[in-house]
Amino acid sequence: MADKNVVSTSSTTGVFEYAPAPESRSIVDIKPSYGLFINGEFVDGHGPGSGAFKTINPATEEVLAEVAEASDADVDKAVKAARKAYDKVWGRMPGRDRAKYLYRIARIIQERGRELAVLESLDNGKPIKESRDVDVPTVAAHFFYYAGWADKLEYSGFGSTPLGVAGQVIPWNFPLLMLAWKIAPALACGNTVVLKPAETTPLTALLFAEICQQADLPPGVVNIVTGAGDTGRALVSHPDVDKVAFTGSTDVGRAIAKAVAGTDKKVTLELGGKAANIVFDDAPIDQAVEGIVNGIFFNQGHVCCAGSRLLVQESVAEEVLDRLKRRMSTLRVGDPLDKNTDIGAINSAEQLARIRELSDIGEAEGAGRWSPACDLPSNGFWFPPTIFTGVSQAHRIAREEIFGPVLSVLTFRTPSEAVEKANNTPYGLSAGVWTDKGSRILHMANQLRAGVVWANTFNKFDPTSPFGGYKESGYGREGGRHGLEGYLR
Amino acid sequence: MSRIDVRKTYKLYIGGAFPRSESGHSYVVNDTKGTFVANAALASRKDARDAVTAARKAFTGWSGRTAYNRAQILYRVAEIMEDRRPQFVQAVVQSEGLASAKAERVVDEAIDRLVWYAGWADKITQVVGGANPVAGPFFNLSTPEPTGVVAVLAPQESSLLGLVSVVAPAIVTGNTVVVVSSYERPLPAVTFSEVLATSDVPGGVVNILTGSAATIGPWLASHMDVNALDLTGIAGDTALATDLEVAAAENLKRVRRAPAAEPDWTADPGTDAMTAFLETKTVWHPIGV
Repeated sequence: MADKNVVSTSSTTGVFEYAPAPESRSIVDIKPSYGLFINGEFVDGHGPGSGAFKTINPATEEVLAEVAEASDADVDKAVKAARKAYDKVWGRMPGRDRAKYLYRIARIIQERGRELAVLESLDNGKPIKESRDVDVPTVAAHFFYYAGWADKLEYSGFGSTPLGVAGQVIPWNFPLLMLAWKIAPALACGNTVVLKPAETTPLTALLFAEICQQADLPPGVVNIVTGAGDTGRALVSHPDVDKVAFTGSTDVGRAIAKAVAGTDKKVTLELGGKAANIVFDDAPIDQAVEGIVNGIFFNQGHVCCAGSRLLVQESVAEEVLDRLKRRMSTLRVGDPLDKNTDIGAINSAEQLARIRELSDIGEAEGAGRWSPACDLPSNGFWFPPTIFTGVSQAHRIAREEIFGPVLSVLTFRTPSEAVEKANNTPYGLSAGVWTDKGSRILHMANQLRAGVVWANTFNKFDPTSPFGGYKESGYGREGGRHGLEGYLR
Repeated sequence: MSRIDVRKTYKLYIGGAFPRSESGHSYVVNDTKGTFVANAALASRKDARDAVTAARKAFTGWSGRTAYNRAQILYRVAEIMEDRRPQFVQAVVQSEGLASAKAERVVDEAIDRLVWYAGWADKITQVVGGANPVAGPFFNLSTPEPTGVVAVLAPQESSLLGLVSVVAPAIVTGNTVVVVSSYERPLPAVTFSEVLATSDVPGGVVNILTGSAATIGPWLASHMDVNALDLTGIAGDTALATDLEVAAAENLKRVRRAPAAEPDWTADPGTDAMTAFLETKTVWHPIGV
């Protein structure tokens, strides 16, 4: 997002040298091991094997902590705790009291913001300036926003009757923010939750569990079960779960939709994307280039709504590409805890392999690959910011979600061609439009089949703004008044 | 000597035309006393696929109409139904075995339901959409848009009021539909398609297949160019509903699940039948830069 502390340079002088400006990690106290958070307490996991797994810092491959793995029985215990808390406490509590708990949590998140940001960057690999300036403030804002709804639900248009127990599964790209998107509306509506964070990024969810204790949230209202795919499967298919909320890949979303078929479970799915970012010839080019960079390189491109297909009008394609390459040459890739870093580490070896595989396929299929010269650290998982030119709509890099810092560039001549290419995907999560012509913005916004359209901006998020996809990008909305619907009967 | 009547074989309604089933099959429709009424076309997989193609083709035009225009067109359908009231009453008497007075009330309710939904065309956007007060200098607006092509398994019992109550809420917002009518009671749906053909509803917006939901449903549920599925017509059939929901998951169709039993269609419908097939689009634009 804001790249203001990166000084743009003339095309010949290269990047200004910056002295390292590392954020101290001493503010975070990482324990050697973490249990599952069930009924207000940390307990051992009983997953297959040792009942635990390791989480590492993807920038260094250093082991950060050992984390409990939940078995089916552990998940069952968590659901029972959530059910009991729903029946006895949370489901009956007046909205204004639920609100006060959520306000407490929001305030503690702000107070412990730096700690959360550092821990998020350590476990996820994202730059500290993003976790500090985007993730954590948005998390606090999300809790503040939904706290206020708790005692106003009768005005929402969706009634005020909660569903019961929500089973929530979240991804590794915005670990704490996705937790907030799931837990805040669920609790505001009077539901209790069992949440499974991603296996590569469990630590901020476990710190959130401590925050729940600190806020004296009644036991069982929030339960955190850590683990991998099997734990998630056990959670979403548990018969006493009334609501399933999932953010992640379209493949897993499809499997969840099948798993809940024939039940009464309410489901919201926020899945993959392959967003078009469309630049017209009258766009303010410098702003558009910033938007392109933000669209695909923000969070290492680990963003479901990333602008991963650049559609640029033919007449300005050369100019846009030149300026884009120049701008990419100033991006700093490296230590996530360095406050100057623009692009951090790829979250896992597995994800890095996927990015490499699709990029190699892009090359093999004949697209032109380009990355700026950049030194990558020798340990950890890294991928340079990369663009592919001469991409056709049939190329796999134009169709499949890469979920990394890789941009496919296509061109168009007319607005209708741009619309056709932009919509030529099974996904429909987001899209971007860059032009100075107001009527064209509104026309494009109408025509694009996507849940979020950013015009002359990109990758903006706000608790009041509904987010979610069309087509195979999933269903249901998170954020805003719309976000309440998935948690009320 | 009484007149020898002209017996009819009804056809499907696809893309604004009345084709016979591609399969060549038809089936006998009796009234509730078992007396022959007519033959109806027995829709096949190919008919379902043709209907989806017609619905997809009609989607851009229909969803691009102004809401006011869609309201006018639906209201016009109600007007034509009013004209054909006696025919609908007879169809409901034959199909549902109701006494005439009761059948008249059902037809009245169906026409009134259509008028009610017609009026929603230019109101639902304001009720479910709105401006979002984001914490920054941005214009931010959420509006509902139609999901796309909706496959509708229409109620088996309520052959007219139930039919109107599942078709109208889907199309009033700009979706196009492929409807599988009641199997045993298809005649009101056939008459309804004749009304649509003589109204201003563009061809392809509503496609009506007479036949078996259990046979055609799976093809529609697994069709990759169908965006949503309404399972109301297989109320109570949990096994079939589960299978169709699993098939629908392949391209993440929005599914309106099968109820345990057919609902009371005289109850206030609420907005759920419309919002089930709406997407929310949120548009951002900076202010002041």
